[in-house]
Amino acid sequence: MSWGSGRIGGVRYVLLICDDETDAPSNEEMAADPVHQAWEADLERRGAEIVGMRLRPVVDATTVTVREGETLVSDGPFAETKDFVGGVVIVDCANLDEAIEIAAGHPYARRGGIEIRPVWE
Amino acid sequence: MTTPGDSVREAVDAAYRDEWGQVVATLIGMTGDWDLAEDCAQDAFALALASWPRDGVPRRPGAWLTTAARNRAIDRLRRDAAGAAKLRQLAVLARDPGDQPAEDIPDERLRLIFTCCHPALPFPARVALTLRTLAGLSTAEIARAFLTAEPTMAQRLVRAKRKIQNAGIPYRVPPADLLPQRLAAVLAVLYLIFNEGYDEEDERRALTAEAIRLTRVLVRLMPGEPEPRGLLALMLLHEARRATRKQGGVLVTLENQDRSRWDRELIAEGVAVLDGALAARRAGPYQLQAAIAACHATAPDAASTDWPRIADLYADLGRMAPSPVVDLNRAVAVAMADGIQAGLKLVDELTASGRLDGYHLLPATRADLLRRDGRAAEARAAYEEALTLAPTEADRRYLAGRLREL
Repeated sequence: MSWGSGRIGGVRYVLLICDDETDAPSNEEMAADPVHQAWEADLERRGAEIVGMRLRPVVDATTVTVREGETLVSDGPFAETKDFVGGVVIVDCANLDEAIEIAAGHPYARRGGIEIRPVWE
Repeated sequence: MTTPGDSVREAVDAAYRDEWGQVVATLIGMTGDWDLAEDCAQDAFALALASWPRDGVPRRPGAWLTTAARNRAIDRLRRDAAGAAKLRQLAVLARDPGDQPAEDIPDERLRLIFTCCHPALPFPARVALTLRTLAGLSTAEIARAFLTAEPTMAQRLVRAKRKIQNAGIPYRVPPADLLPQRLAAVLAVLYLIFNEGYDEEDERRALTAEAIRLTRVLVRLMPGEPEPRGLLALMLLHEARRATRKQGGVLVTLENQDRSRWDRELIAEGVAVLDGALAARRAGPYQLQAAIAACHATAPDAASTDWPRIADLYADLGRMAPSPVVDLNRAVAVAMADGIQAGLKLVDELTASGRLDGYHLLPATRADLLRRDGRAAEARAAYEEALTLAPTEADRRYLAGRLREL
């Protein structure tokens, strides 16, 4: 799917799918989860999804920062919280209320949380 | 002596109070630009101050002000290229604004208040934005009312408006499926504004009047919704008793308040508004709280208070909006209705649950019940515990007084 193919006049949001990774379901389990299936079907009906992908667990993450010209590479996530970003979906919505509605339907809204970030256009 | 200048000034002040929110709301609806809307509303009122003494106060000040603000917005948008492009998109401008009769200008204030109270905004920002854009308080006034530095408050307002724009918070009345939740958020903002001013004597007092005024507007705009009426009734019934709540800086409990000084008119209005709400047969937390307040306000004296009904209402409230504070109030009502022992049992359960740890009214309530039961030594210990937890001077003075009376 190409960028910006969504509905005219909408706002693009990035949904950061977060949880604490204590018992991460496999991709197969996710695909079999009726809540996730319903969510996927809803996204398709809305035609809202631009791109979506699941991320590898946070142990595989690398954080790069540059301070005073020096590149610092550290393992682990950027934000040191108990929840980590586990996936990213970019959606094109009429407004924030629609993005909230979509976020609330994702199974990770129940087990973790979804951070909604408007795309800086 | 009143000069013609004074009466025009008064007319502009009255229009400011009554029309500011509507003018700003209409301009936001038209331009989508919150800052431009505020600026143009301000300009319209300045224009009124200059021209009404000369031309007289218009028959419909609101329509006059909206038209003036709209014309000002068109002028300002025409001046820059981006604005001119935007203007061409604004279908509303295809019509001559002068042609539009006031009755046809839809009331945009409802869209404004739901947007100001959107849950994606931080709570303090919702309160500030409501007071600024809907009630027309200046940033300085809001900062003083919330004991915040003016630049901090200004920053809070700027950030909130920026988030509305950047995050795509819609300017609308939420659809039916979101309405109960979003309406609750609006009512919470209005009730907080009311409470901020309630116990104050200085200019923060004005917040209480402002909250009542805004809630009246909401009731008018949503005649089919019972909870705004419930909140208005609750505010009126509280306000009716305000003058008797403190004496010489010390809190006076309900049973000791001088009921002859309660405002009968406000009580009558509060009860009538509540009856109107209850007729819809859709109970809600504010209606229940107002019903409890009405039980107290209409009892001729403390002894004839209908405690069994109050205990039932608190039980309903606890089911609808669970809160340990509600449970504590229910314990008091049960003690008055069914006997001290029944009430104490509920208080002890609450204490054991730890849900009110550190809350001074928990030991204070226990102390009161023990005192009524004639258990002075235990009451003393509980009052002393409450004293160490009491947050305000008025609370401490009240508790110290109770201790001395033991």
